[in-house]
Amino acid sequence: MRVYMALLKLRVYHGLQYRIAALAGIATQFFWGTIMIMVFLAFYGDSVSVGGFSTTQLVTYIWLQQAFLSFIVLWLRDTELFELIRTGNIAYELCRPLNVYGFWYTKLIATRIANAMLRCMPILVVAMFIPEKYRMSMPESTESFMLFIVTLILGLAINVAISMFIYISVFVTLSPMGSMLIFSVVGEFFAGLVIPIPLMPEWLRNIVMVLPFRYVGDLPFRVYSGNIPPSEAFLGIAIQIVWLTALILFGKKLMQSALKHLVVQGG
Amino acid sequence: MIEIENLSKAFQVAKRKKGAFGSLFSREYETIHALKDISFKMDLGEIVGYIGPNGAGKSTTIKIMSGILVPNTGKCEIMGITPWKSRIDHVRNIGVVFGQRTQLWWDVPVIDSFNLLRDIYKLPEVDYKRTLDQLVTYLDLAPLLNTPVRQLSLGQRMRCEIAAALIHSPKILFLDEPTIGLDAVSKIAVRNFIKKINAENKVTVVLTTHDMSDIEALANRIILIGKGEKLYDGDLENLRGNFISHKRVTVDYVENTVPLDIFGCEVLQASSERAVLLVDLEKTNVPSVIHELTNQKSIIDISVDSQPIEEIIVNLYREYQI
Repeated sequence: MRVYMALLKLRVYHGLQYRIAALAGIATQFFWGTIMIMVFLAFYGDSVSVGGFSTTQLVTYIWLQQAFLSFIVLWLRDTELFELIRTGNIAYELCRPLNVYGFWYTKLIATRIANAMLRCMPILVVAMFIPEKYRMSMPESTESFMLFIVTLILGLAINVAISMFIYISVFVTLSPMGSMLIFSVVGEFFAGLVIPIPLMPEWLRNIVMVLPFRYVGDLPFRVYSGNIPPSEAFLGIAIQIVWLTALILFGKKLMQSALKHLVVQGG
Repeated sequence: MIEIENLSKAFQVAKRKKGAFGSLFSREYETIHALKDISFKMDLGEIVGYIGPNGAGKSTTIKIMSGILVPNTGKCEIMGITPWKSRIDHVRNIGVVFGQRTQLWWDVPVIDSFNLLRDIYKLPEVDYKRTLDQLVTYLDLAPLLNTPVRQLSLGQRMRCEIAAALIHSPKILFLDEPTIGLDAVSKIAVRNFIKKINAENKVTVVLTTHDMSDIEALANRIILIGKGEKLYDGDLENLRGNFISHKRVTVDYVENTVPLDIFGCEVLQASSERAVLLVDLEKTNVPSVIHELTNQKSIIDISVDSQPIEEIIVNLYREYQI
């Protein structure tokens, strides 16, 4: 455990070095969030709610997406790990008394936390003080807020477990580009990053519900705004835990077999 | 200690077929036998030089011994543990340096990498401090500890890499080309350090290198492999005794243009004041050549050199056709 904490600390310090990048990220996310809200509000027209998803809930959903972008996107990648596999430097990881899966998992989660630590606060604060129509609302209730925190953290854990498959696939393909693209396009669509899930047609929502992706961002953000009531949120948490366990177990298994057939590239 | 028996490892390498679309549907694989039936034993406290030309299987052996690769067949036991079966137990006993790779975190100061390793190995603070102090003194790391790795020179970085491999005081150290790309001063520093820890901490060292002066300075035993097969296993002196066929004699003399003619010698280079002769030890010996030289010229200075170990190795490679 001490290793994982040390690694987390190291990563966070490391991530905090990139303040300008964070600033640029914040600006981009503001711009992007505003555009998204404008587009969806145009779709809403005069109606205040579509399929039980109100405009205030929509606005909050989008701002939360932007603020916690580094928790929910799949395109955030750690080139260091790809390089490790591609160049064969993974040899060194294997010379240490470490579980490679656990070690990488921690590395990835730490990077995302460091990333979010710098970006989420400014976005959230500003989004709460802009004009009415675009303003993010406060959480529905204290209970919703607590559940939001729990689901958000579990969501992050699920997302990293999913992204581990991208890294494992590189053992076979040696290039991350293909899996990156497939995972981020498919995964992010089903996570509601392109169209918020409540706005999807029913048949599509049925598909989304059986996939793990919506438990990353969609669930916590809707819990926050009360679109998913606390009673339902508990069920969500249970499903999150099941997905998380399944993904990690499967990932570990795959990793093990990849390491068994490992070829250390480059001499 | 280290026991290796009939170790074999093959790799599948995809071959390109003729034409642009040839490999689109089916691929042909070629099997490369990186190691064929390698066996050897090593004892505690030995320094063994593991040599062979590029692609001979040196690194593959090191990687199998460090638990990274799984061999196809064969047995390997290091301190009673089969590396690839209980990797995590095994790697606590060993330290590995790959000269061409880096294990230190690129963007953070060296000391952060060391501290992370301390946590990875769960080292008690006292032991860690003591080992680190020893490494810092021996490798002269004090000025480097707070520098980010990316700003270190190759020689500085290699010293840090070696320290990183030894921070948990392993019993065995695998060095895969540790002096590659280093200048003479850094090479000597690295060599002296290896000698020191071998003598003081009884660390067993397995060293692969292409630099024969490394081997001469360090190893009392060498294992030569080529094309995945073991060709020679024994001490360096023996190899030298068996394979030294020539000596080189350089002689300076008072200006004299009469050409040299000595039985059993080849004149490599000759001017009116200096000549270099290659003495074939099968036909003659050095004393009689010198005797003959004093008869023919008035000598100012004379020096006799053994054939450099590099040449012996080249001859060996040639002899075994590798």
